[in-house]
Amino acid sequence: MNKPGILIIDDEAQIRKLLEIALESNGYTVQQAENGKAGIRLAANHPPELILLDIGLPDESGHKILEQLRTWYNNPVIMLSVRNSEEDIVRALDHGATDYLTKPFRIGELLARIRSCLRRSNTENGSSTTTCGNLQIDFGARTVKRNDELVKLTSTEYKLLALFARNEGRVLTHQYILREIWGTGFQTETQYLRVYVAQLRKKIEDNPNSPQHLITESGVGYRFA
Amino acid sequence: MKPGTQLLTCMTLVTVVSGACYFATDFIGYRVVALLLLLTVSVLAMLFDMLPVMVAAVTSALLWNYFFIPPFFTFRISAAEDILLFTMYFIIALLNTVLTWQLRKAEKKAREKEEKEQAIRMYNSLLNSLSHELRTPIATIIGATDTLTDNAITLSPESRAELLQQIGSAGARLNGQVENLLNMSRIENGMLRVKRDWCDVHELINNVLQKTGQAEHHELLAEIPEGLPLFRIDAGLTEHILYNILINAVQYTPAGAHIRIRAVPDPAHFVVVISDNGPGFPEEFIDNAFDKFYRMPGTKTSGTGLGLSIARGFAEAHGGSIKLANNASGGATFTISLPAETSFLNNLKNE
Repeated sequence: MNKPGILIIDDEAQIRKLLEIALESNGYTVQQAENGKAGIRLAANHPPELILLDIGLPDESGHKILEQLRTWYNNPVIMLSVRNSEEDIVRALDHGATDYLTKPFRIGELLARIRSCLRRSNTENGSSTTTCGNLQIDFGARTVKRNDELVKLTSTEYKLLALFARNEGRVLTHQYILREIWGTGFQTETQYLRVYVAQLRKKIEDNPNSPQHLITESGVGYRFA
Repeated sequence: MKPGTQLLTCMTLVTVVSGACYFATDFIGYRVVALLLLLTVSVLAMLFDMLPVMVAAVTSALLWNYFFIPPFFTFRISAAEDILLFTMYFIIALLNTVLTWQLRKAEKKAREKEEKEQAIRMYNSLLNSLSHELRTPIATIIGATDTLTDNAITLSPESRAELLQQIGSAGARLNGQVENLLNMSRIENGMLRVKRDWCDVHELINNVLQKTGQAEHHELLAEIPEGLPLFRIDAGLTEHILYNILINAVQYTPAGAHIRIRAVPDPAHFVVVISDNGPGFPEEFIDNAFDKFYRMPGTKTSGTGLGLSIARGFAEAHGGSIKLANNASGGATFTISLPAETSFLNNLKNE
């Protein structure tokens, strides 16, 4: 099988070099662009399996580039941003970014995100069961097993867990989850989300105080792992 | 106060005093009236700008002449003694105004100078702690990479690993310091925006404990009562507040100390108490503990002295407060209190 191609769009040469070495040594081929226009051109000529896109680009903001890319590019896009910009992140996710990482990030984290994004885009045509650590979810039978024991979930809890499981590894924003589970009228009612996440954690986590499956992304949303 | 308002206030006061004196003039005599008016002008001179007070002084002199010095209701003065008195009044009133104004101006200048010196002192201590706090990790990174490139062959694998690990932790330290400075400047220039959202206290405190996790020589104990409501607070800022105070406790208490973090039920506030059984704060330093760049004399552990002041800044941005006190049994107690809406939705029976 071919090595998956990754396009890096970032204006910092140091970051590009670092990513190039890290990614190539992990079996990816790497293309690089130092600004948004070059990035779009490269993406159009040799569409990569995945794009790493910096939000702070010199010519146009990463948000604009993302919007342009999303008119025709369907593979995953991971946004890179500097810290303290939760609005930026939420905005990017709402505009079709697959995931995000804040600089400085650990390479291990980056590779895990890339793997999870690529896996998802390959298995989009949903299988009926999924296994995640000690959890097994059967979407057909609507059942959840933890350590091979059936977990009793209410229908809302199940819907929430199923949504997370179908987006394994991906961060989901509060608004997105609320819209999907409760409907558009509830997009700001984060208290429901808090309550159900706490309940769900009590049922599926070994230690609800240090969750391994349902992870909080402060100020942004939740990630299922 | 605007100049117009000042002038109006001055004139009103002078007129009122003159009016009151007019009815009392039979008992006190017109010379005492002059003294009373002089007193009024002096008081005005302490409070207002020079120009309105000058006008008031002149007006009071004319009013006194017109209504009080015989012959009444004319600006004419017949007795030679009264002419002298009136001239003296005029001069004293004006002199009074000008001198008081000069005095106030000098005072203001001295105050400004003091403030400027304070700012410079602060700037210097910032530069001192910054150059130390930033250069130490930078020196580590440069030194370690030099060693790694120069002695690529002779280094033992253990030393290589050690050096690489040093580079990593120096980077993390630099990142932490930059974050601190950014937070400080966000507080200073009022750019801090509080984004309130519903927040589960268990989750919040457990998150903070996980971040503090590396405290291997201290025992961290959390006490979170069951049945607490959700609070509408900025979780990010609040985590930061608790984290900074916990880290402070970890850094400045001896190994083996216990640190307790306790959520206290309160109908309208998010209240968390963090206490330790370390040495506590010397009473005379408690007031300064939250000052920017303040380091208690004689503390050796490195730090910028920003952690607690950021914690307080965040709490204040939230409309809340942090109180510090020593325990009777030794150790310090921080009480964090943030006003917040609560929701008991989480305690309702679901579905």
